[in-house]
Amino acid sequence: MTLSRKFTPYLYLAPMLALLTFVFGFSFVRVFEFSFKMVRGIDGPWIGLRNYKLVLSQPLFWESVTHNLILLLAIPAMVGIALLLSILLYDRLRGWKVYRTILFFPYILAVPIIAVVMKQMFQFSGPVNQVLRWLSLDFMALDWIGSTDVALWTVMLLIIWRESALGVILFLSRLLSLDESLIEAARLDGANWWQRAWYILIPQMRGVIEFYVVISVITMLSAVFAYVYMMGGGRGGPGTSTMVTELYIYNALTRTSLPGVASAVAVMLFVVSLALIYLLFVVRRRADEDEA
Amino acid sequence: MTLANPFKQAVLILACIVAMLPSVFMVLTALKSQEDYTFDKVGLPDVFVGTHFRAVLFESPFFLWMLNSAILAVGAVLLGTVVSCCAAYAIARMQFRGRDTIFAISTALMAVPPVVLIVPLFVLYSQLGLISSFSGAIVIYAGLITPFSVYLLTTFFRTLPQELFDAALIDGVKHHQILRHVVLPLAVPAFVTLLVVNALFVWNDLLIAVMFLQEDGKRTLMAGISVFQGRYNNQIPLSMAGMVVASAPMVILYISFQRYFIRGLMAGAIK
Repeated sequence: MTLSRKFTPYLYLAPMLALLTFVFGFSFVRVFEFSFKMVRGIDGPWIGLRNYKLVLSQPLFWESVTHNLILLLAIPAMVGIALLLSILLYDRLRGWKVYRTILFFPYILAVPIIAVVMKQMFQFSGPVNQVLRWLSLDFMALDWIGSTDVALWTVMLLIIWRESALGVILFLSRLLSLDESLIEAARLDGANWWQRAWYILIPQMRGVIEFYVVISVITMLSAVFAYVYMMGGGRGGPGTSTMVTELYIYNALTRTSLPGVASAVAVMLFVVSLALIYLLFVVRRRADEDEA
Repeated sequence: MTLANPFKQAVLILACIVAMLPSVFMVLTALKSQEDYTFDKVGLPDVFVGTHFRAVLFESPFFLWMLNSAILAVGAVLLGTVVSCCAAYAIARMQFRGRDTIFAISTALMAVPPVVLIVPLFVLYSQLGLISSFSGAIVIYAGLITPFSVYLLTTFFRTLPQELFDAALIDGVKHHQILRHVVLPLAVPAFVTLLVVNALFVWNDLLIAVMFLQEDGKRTLMAGISVFQGRYNNQIPLSMAGMVVASAPMVILYISFQRYFIRGLMAGAIK
């Protein structure tokens, strides 16, 4: 009886442990192992740090990393947009639920679909430029998709457009959980909209804002594959102007068949994401304390 | 300075227009003829044309791709949810050694980018001949959605009153019976949230789809779209009709089950 009692919890846990050990545990061990091997097919000889040296000496790798870092610039814009819209929604003006449904909408559409649509909208002879020319803003009618100088910024625009919706969702759910008495008190004291937002609401949202920033950093560094794959014609184009780390791993694995090289990059990305996960735990704890 | 209500309304309406613009463009363009689009990329169609939709629905494999995506989503969500539900019940409601560690590790895995995992899995699957097999991909997707599911269900199960469990256990009711007859009925909202978040994740994923399901007949909707847009790069109205069809299932679900989606999104935003 006592013995079976002791085992019961592990019986309930076993399927999860098996699944996570396979998908995560196995992969972590093997990806480290591969990164020190010259893998051909399924395995290969140990070659020490040669994969890492090869990767670190490649300009394309550094270019990819730089592009991921540039995408971080989207985050302040996303936070600003999401703050403005969530606080406006929180005012619960007439029809705010309809606005909410519409403002969440970009997050429902799949990235590949919206990327195909945006790619057409931003073509050189596409509708966006047609409108800009019609408004006599010819100097703004750039070659959004085809120019190596602009393409990454167009991808960023798409990312801001979609990921801001996530910010609105997160911030609004935090706002709706706030204690309203303080906000009412501020209103009665004659605080105006800006003061209320700046001194009352935003300080109480600090936890969720930090949380959003950290998950957005994770997104920009390691989860933009679908955006660039669709916008850049599967190759980070034009040229290598929208090449990112994930696409680098994908190419090394499927196009040049170098799992060892792909693993070396994956390990480096993993180390960076471990640091971010630690940060995530810190801000999550703070966000939880805010709510308590 | 105080913001007047009309001004706030104006900002919100502007934001809504920006949010909807790509979808409006997509639908209007899909209804234009090729010539119409060549001359006018912005306005309403001169004549509404349905041929592109006919071509997409009957001459391209969109339904097959959707079916494939649906198989994956159902399989992965089912497997992931059952596995997570058992684990979350144990973590939330039983005492055992290593409980907090297991929960902390599982939660941390939420933030691991999938791209870190795919290299060894791809090599293993190639070796085992599991590339382009649904069951292989379902296991990966189920694994990826499990950390979030365990986190969400554990947090939810912990909010249920302890007396509920004590009473049942004293009466000699077994754990699996408590789980089935007491916990599951109470946890329906949590499961709806999970369903929304996880099904969206699998349905919308591109990375794993293009790597692990390469065979034509096994392609998912998202991977299919990348092929489709390459093929009809010059026929933009046709390509947009494809995108309308591709986005239809989720948009219809979103509009019909708005309440659940909004609740799911607000809870699942942490993923």
